[in-house]
Amino acid sequence: MTVIDVLATALWVVGAVFFVAGTVGLLRFPDVYTRLHALTKPDNVGLGFIVSGLAIQSSELAVALKVIAVWVLLLVVNAVSCQVIARATWNRGIRPWSRR
Amino acid sequence: MSAWSIYACSGAAIIALSLYGVFACAPLLKRILAANLIGTGVFLILVALADRSAPAQPDPVPHALVLTGVVISVSATALALAIAIRLADRRSSDDEGGWP
Amino acid sequence: MTALDLVFDVVLATVMPVLVWRILASKDLASSVVLFVALGLVSALAWARLHAPDIALVEAAVGAGLTGALLMNALSWIGAEAGVTEPVSRATRVGVGILVTAVGVGLAVAVIHLTQPVGLAHEVDARLADAHVDYPVTAVLLSFRGYDTLLEIAVLVTAALGARLYAPGSVPGGDDPLSPHPRVLARVLTPIVVLVAGYLLWRGASAPGGAFQAAAVLAGGGILLVLARVLRPPRMSSIAVRAALVAGLAWFIAVAALPLATGAQLLEYPSASAKQLIISIEVALTLSISIVLLMFFPGEPAPGEAARHPEDRW
Repeated sequence: MTVIDVLATALWVVGAVFFVAGTVGLLRFPDVYTRLHALTKPDNVGLGFIVSGLAIQSSELAVALKVIAVWVLLLVVNAVSCQVIARATWNRGIRPWSRR
Repeated sequence: MSAWSIYACSGAAIIALSLYGVFACAPLLKRILAANLIGTGVFLILVALADRSAPAQPDPVPHALVLTGVVISVSATALALAIAIRLADRRSSDDEGGWP
Repeated sequence: MTALDLVFDVVLATVMPVLVWRILASKDLASSVVLFVALGLVSALAWARLHAPDIALVEAAVGAGLTGALLMNALSWIGAEAGVTEPVSRATRVGVGILVTAVGVGLAVAVIHLTQPVGLAHEVDARLADAHVDYPVTAVLLSFRGYDTLLEIAVLVTAALGARLYAPGSVPGGDDPLSPHPRVLARVLTPIVVLVAGYLLWRGASAPGGAFQAAAVLAGGGILLVLARVLRPPRMSSIAVRAALVAGLAWFIAVAALPLATGAQLLEYPSASAKQLIISIEVALTLSISIVLLMFFPGEPAPGEAARHPEDRW
């Protein structure tokens, strides 16, 4: 196990922790809007960590750039899909949860 | 137990569950989904059988079969959905329900 | 195989039947559809574990992306309550349950005992040079079993025609304002989609990739454009659509039948130009399959139907 492998594994574990946190949020948060937070933000960061682990472990620059491009695409798509879902939910008349 | 036999058992379980779903589910959409899922189970068994050789030189012929199978499965599902949409259209409208 | 690999495989192989059970047992049709997309992604992982990267690519693009969009759209046309058939009696359910358990167990036991690694991997590798492509799966698809692929394209075109025959034509999107984000996203993503599809198509000759993956990615991009109302759903009345639908099949038949004129067999490519012919077939196939997959997408419901579900407009 080289240094690169250890570093990559550490990055992957951190990314996985983010994903688990996001999933816990998805299960525990009270309404759609907070769940959207839990879905998109940790997913973006978690994937960023996993991608960096893959990038430093890849054998050539082209592969690393492709994987980073995947992450950038995910950022863009997550932003738009989150907004679309939130807008659709708002149009349905569902308002954010507030502590009563 | 080797990896391929685990996935083959999983495929058999999926076939059994979706076969049950085709006959026992009430909503039409679920029956269509179940029919699609039988295909997924079959593909799992096929690809598991292709992966039997130990130094991981998988058999490309089942891979080609499953590749075309996935696309055809989607097409069959889409055709079934089109018929289901038409059926729902006819049931809900009082008039001829002809082409808009 | 290490213990960690085994644990991962067991977990993955257990999650899939559990997902199938939840898809078929949940009361809410929308959850079933979402879980179906999740199953598509999990099975893409399974294909990767089983050393089948091409199938993983197709499953991720088609099974997770396209089928999800198709099902969600069908749900918006059908609505959650319509399409319910008569509930099945308890006796039938018990009987079917016993039968499928027998089938499942019998199948599993039978398959597990097939431990001999019989397969055609060696034969394919031995004859790979004859196929004029470097990648075994592409060689099988387009050279060794080219006839199967030809028939498969015919089936796809037939399914597209059938789907268009049944699905009521959609009206181009209503007058209510659409959020600008999807349109911008669609416009930004389309060049990337085309690039990725072209890359997958080109790489298919020597690495996992090929016509099906490229077509699935293109169709996904097309659906995005239709949903964002940048593009109208392709209409059968348009000559361009009809030409694109038929192009793949027609070109494949032409290339397949050409050797008959010179006395050779069907699909026996002349070895001088075989590689170019195979690539041209793949390009035509990509065009046709992507239009076929796009044709399955009926677009948004007409205003009459949409009035039933006004909250679903975005």
